[in-house]
Amino acid sequence: MSTLAVRKAAPAAGTTPGAAQGPPLRRRIALVPTITLLIGAVYTLLPVAWVVIASTKSGHELFSTFTFLPGTGFTQNIKDLNAYRGGIYWQWMGNSALYAGLGALLSTAVSAFGGYALATYRFTGREAMFNVLLAGVLMPPVILAVPQYLLLAKADLTDSCLSVLLPQILSPYGVYLSRIYAAAAVPADVVEAGRMDGASEWRIFTRIALPMMIPGMVTVFLFQFVAVWNNFLLPYIMLSDDEKFPLTLGLYTLLEQGSNTPALYTLVITGAFLAVLPLIALFLVIQRFWSLDLLSGAVKS
Amino acid sequence: MSTTTGRKSYGVKGAPYAHPSPATARKGALRAPYFFLLPASVLFALFFALPIGYAVFLSFRKVHVSGLGLGAGARHEVWAGFENYTDAFQDSELLHGALRVLGYGCIVVPVMLGLALLFALMLDSERVRLAPVTRLAIFLPYAIPGVVAALMWGFLYLPSVSPFYYVLQKLHMPQPNLLDGGPLYLAISNIAVWGGTGFNMIVIYTSLRSIPVEVYEAARLDGATPLQIALRIKIPMVAPSLVLTFFFSIIATLQVFNEPTTLKPLTNSLNTSWSPLMKVYQDAFHRGDIYAAAAEATLIALATLVLSFGFLRAANRRTKQEAAG
Repeated sequence: MSTLAVRKAAPAAGTTPGAAQGPPLRRRIALVPTITLLIGAVYTLLPVAWVVIASTKSGHELFSTFTFLPGTGFTQNIKDLNAYRGGIYWQWMGNSALYAGLGALLSTAVSAFGGYALATYRFTGREAMFNVLLAGVLMPPVILAVPQYLLLAKADLTDSCLSVLLPQILSPYGVYLSRIYAAAAVPADVVEAGRMDGASEWRIFTRIALPMMIPGMVTVFLFQFVAVWNNFLLPYIMLSDDEKFPLTLGLYTLLEQGSNTPALYTLVITGAFLAVLPLIALFLVIQRFWSLDLLSGAVKS
Repeated sequence: MSTTTGRKSYGVKGAPYAHPSPATARKGALRAPYFFLLPASVLFALFFALPIGYAVFLSFRKVHVSGLGLGAGARHEVWAGFENYTDAFQDSELLHGALRVLGYGCIVVPVMLGLALLFALMLDSERVRLAPVTRLAIFLPYAIPGVVAALMWGFLYLPSVSPFYYVLQKLHMPQPNLLDGGPLYLAISNIAVWGGTGFNMIVIYTSLRSIPVEVYEAARLDGATPLQIALRIKIPMVAPSLVLTFFFSIIATLQVFNEPTTLKPLTNSLNTSWSPLMKVYQDAFHRGDIYAAAAEATLIALATLVLSFGFLRAANRRTKQEAAG
C-alpha cells in the first residue's frame, strides 16, 4: 500500500507549480500517450458504435444509406425481433442469463470451497491436487468437449440444459484465483483463533473466512459469468433444440439463415446490439466492486 | 459470536493454554480440506479426467465392419493401434488447417501483445489524460462474445454495408476483398486482436503498477527519457507477465474456432476445416467418425502443450542466462 501512496503523491507534487503558472500545465499533458490511448479506444468502440447505429436502420436503409447515419427503423426492428418465431430471441437471452447466472454462482461456490481448503490447510496430497487442477487450466476445451458430448450422450443428457451447465461448473482458473485470494485475505491466526474458540471448521469457513473472501469471489463470479455467457463451442456441440440455445448460438443460427435471406440481416444486427447491452451494463455497474488486478492473480496485501 | 465466547470460557477453565478439545477439533481439521475439495474433485473427475481418458481411448479404436455391414453385430469396435494417428498425419486437410492457424497465430500473438504492452505503458505514463475512460473502452471487447464480435466485424467487412468501402469508393481507391485469400487472414486476425488486447493490457498494466516508483527516480535524475525508462526499466521488469500472456495467447490461438465459424456464412472462402478444431467438429458430427476426431483432438492438445511449454522453457532459460550474465 505504501508504494501506491507514493506513486499517487508524486505526480500531484509535480503539477502544483504548473498550476500556479497557468498555461504551461496544458502543455504538460503527455500528448503521445493520451493520443495513443484515444486511437485504441476508437478502434475498440468502432464496431460497437456501428452496431448501435445499424440497429436503427430498416432493411432498405442498411444497404442504401451511409453506414454511420442513423436510420428510422429501430422500433420496427425490435418489433420484428419480437415477432421472429414467437419471440424466441428473448428465450435465448433468458437461457444465457440462466446458464451464466446459475453456472457462475455454482462455480464460485466450488472455487471458494476448493481455494480456501488449498490455501489454509496443510494436508497430504495438497500440492498434487493443486497441480492436477492447474493442468486443467491448460487443457484445450476441444479435447474436452467432444468426449464430454459422447459421455453425456451415454447418460442421455445431451440436448438438455444440464449438458451446457454441468461441464462449466468447475473452473480450474476460478479455484486458482480463490486459492491466491484466500491465502492473502484470510490470515492463518484468525482461523487458528476460531479453532481455539471451539468453532467447527464449517463455521470458521462460513462465518469468518467467507466474508473476508467476498471481494475476490465477486471477481471469480464475474470472470465465470463472462466465460459462460460468451461460450459458443459447448452449446454448439451439445444442443440441437433451439428453445434451449443461449444467445451466442441463437445469433449464429440467425446469421446462417441470413446468408440466404439478407432480410434477416437487420434482425441479426439488432439482436447483436441487444446481446451486447447486458454485459456492458454489468461492467459499468460493477466495475467499482471488481478488482481487475485480481484477474491477473495479483493481490495487494 | 456469543456462543463462541461462551465456549471459550469453558475451554479456558479446562486447560488454560491448550485447545478446548484437541482430539475432535484436530480430527475435524484433518478431514475438512477433503470435504471442502470434494465438489471440485468430483467435477474434475467427471468432466475433465474422464473425458480426456475417453478421448485417448477412442483415438486407439475403430469400427470394424464385417460382410456388407448390414444387420446387428456387423459393426463392432476393435483396437486400431496408431492407425487413426497415422491417418491424421497423412490428412492434407488437417495439415493445411494447422498451417493456416500457424500463420494466423504469427499475426495475432505479436500484434495483440504488442498493442497490449503499448497501451499498458501509455496508461502507466505520467500526466496522461483520459486514462480511466480509455482503459475501460479498450477492455470492453472482453465482455463481448466472440460470436458477436465476429458478427459485427463480419458486417464491417461486407462491401455492401461497410463504412470502409464507402470511404475507399469516395476516394477512388482500390477496394480489396477482405473476405478472400490473404486479406481473410488479416480479417480473422483483426477480430482476435480486437477481442484479446484489453485483457492482456490489464494483466501487463497491473504488473507495471506494482513496480515501486523509487526504481525510476534514480533513472529520471540521471536524465533518462520516458522512452528509455520504458525500454530499459519497465519492460524488463514486467517480463514475467509478458511470458504469462504469451503462454495463454498461444493456447487460445491454436484453438481458434468461433471467429472463422461465425464468418463462414458471409463468405465462400472459409471451408468447414479452416482450422484444425473445425476439422475435429466436422469429423465428429458431420462425418460421424468419432475415432478420427478423437485422434485429431489428442494431437491438437499435445501440440498445444508442446508449443506452450516449449515457449515457457525457452523463456525461463533466457531469463536465467540474463540473470547469470
